[in-house]
Amino acid sequence: MSAQASQGPAKRKKVAFLDREATSVTEAFLQRLLVGIHTFLSNGLAVAGLTIILLLIAVAAFAPWMATHDPNLQNLSMALKPPSSANWFGTDEYGRDIFSRIVYGSRVTLYIVTLVTITVGPIGLIVGTVSGYFGGMVDMIVMRITDLFLAFPGLILTLTFVAILGPGLEQAVLAIALTGWPAIARLARAETMTIRSSDYIAAARLQGASSLRIIFGSIIPVCLSSVIVRLTLGMASVILTAAGLGFLGLGAQPPTPEWGAMTSAGREYMLDSWWLVTAPGVAIMVVSLAFNLFGDGLRDVLDPKSK
Amino acid sequence: MTAISVKNLSIVFGEEDNETKVLDAVSFDVEKGEVFGLVGESGSGKSTVLRCIAGLYTHWTGEIRIDGQPVGAQLTKERCRKIQMVFQDPYGSLHPKHTVQTTLAAPLRIHGIGDIDRRITEVLRDVGLAPHLRFRYPHQLSGGQRQRVAIARALILRPSILLLDEPTSALDVSVQAEVLNVLSDIRDREGLTYLLVSHDLAVIGHMCRRLAVMQQGLIEEVVDYADLSGGRAQQAYSRMLFDASHHYDRSMANDITAARQAGGGTIHGA
Repeated sequence: MSAQASQGPAKRKKVAFLDREATSVTEAFLQRLLVGIHTFLSNGLAVAGLTIILLLIAVAAFAPWMATHDPNLQNLSMALKPPSSANWFGTDEYGRDIFSRIVYGSRVTLYIVTLVTITVGPIGLIVGTVSGYFGGMVDMIVMRITDLFLAFPGLILTLTFVAILGPGLEQAVLAIALTGWPAIARLARAETMTIRSSDYIAAARLQGASSLRIIFGSIIPVCLSSVIVRLTLGMASVILTAAGLGFLGLGAQPPTPEWGAMTSAGREYMLDSWWLVTAPGVAIMVVSLAFNLFGDGLRDVLDPKSK
Repeated sequence: MTAISVKNLSIVFGEEDNETKVLDAVSFDVEKGEVFGLVGESGSGKSTVLRCIAGLYTHWTGEIRIDGQPVGAQLTKERCRKIQMVFQDPYGSLHPKHTVQTTLAAPLRIHGIGDIDRRITEVLRDVGLAPHLRFRYPHQLSGGQRQRVAIARALILRPSILLLDEPTSALDVSVQAEVLNVLSDIRDREGLTYLLVSHDLAVIGHMCRRLAVMQQGLIEEVVDYADLSGGRAQQAYSRMLFDASHHYDRSMANDITAARQAGGGTIHGA
């Protein structure tokens, strides 16, 4: 019966579970989710992005088993060796195995991305929806604060925060999060303002719903999809910013195998030993590209009107 | 007994130097159990009257009494249980990410009413919605089915007054009749009071005995539908509005424009 459920860009075969009438809210939600997953999976590039991200997570999780060497074990007699069967990506200036450092570096990258996303997402979403829903003075104060943050180029502001907080991985995460939330808040606010005066919000008010209930029950579910898309697309720039901070020596500190810091250290030997910068550089590029492709695919599913 | 009594209801929108008076001392009474019509052209303030009574606008002046009790500007839970509203556009009045079940359960949860399952089954039956549609999202429903869900949502708190803001104007003619019949049946059974806004005099004629004609934020007159259709309305504007619903030509269009200009320069549409 629910023929409309199969609407969407992708044609799919009849599936008993998806084409039957839902008998609970959970089932209706699951059907909707599965149709969305199906749309996502029919987008080749997005699947490629997702595959790389899953691979990255697997590498990070199984780093001790995947790494061929101790990432921090120095062996000066083995310094600056080109890629070989013993050291797949070669060795760096202290004779450390670059492949193993890349493998362990995936943990650092994921750590930064996850931490930034789970701080920036909820803060931006709540600040933006509250400000957009109440409007007036609340909105004005909050938006002037976001203006303040958005007036500076992101990287410059991040550098300022790191300069204040001091170099280090946690400080880098905090600095990136501090500069990241205003963009999300702006997005959530804009979306809230377009739905605030809609009839279904008026109906919710007429049912006696409190502002809190309306924001969490009616507004956030609508804003959530575009915020998730924006966060995913933003992960690529978080990786690049983190790598940039690492490159400048303001992010992860030695001997932590962070990709940006590795690129920076390898720069001095670039002409003779190209593999020092190439391996972490390619890793940064591939992973940030993967997050971009994944975010694009996610947008087509969650937020089709912005395509 | 009067269910709704409105006296000198006025509302102004806009900033100080750009004020628009949308309602100007509107007064009328609706008897208990009656279907009272509110007609007028677009922008005459019909929907604004409903939104003031419902409690969606809070900055009005004047007096609104519900069952004899004056109501304040703020929405209270008690008022929510007494008055509910059905909106014009069924495509915009249902939350796109909530199933029918979620939409109907929300008001019961807010008011701490138990027995959610049985209440929803009952109200779906009342509005003539098949039980298997209960777990569908709005995008899986037709326009008529959506409007029935909207009516069910308004009914689930068992209000005594229903404000209907052009409940059928977004639907095609065959579905309009079905929805109007659902509304009539429910009223006959539950003894509800309806305040029905419409620009469609055929709908008003089908549902109401008495109606108020509005023009540019003013009530022109309160008249029986029989008098209006018999050409016995007091005001020329009312007669013209009724004539326009039957035939419409160039000279009538000119008359309406002339009447609007004579009606007052400061008042504009909502």
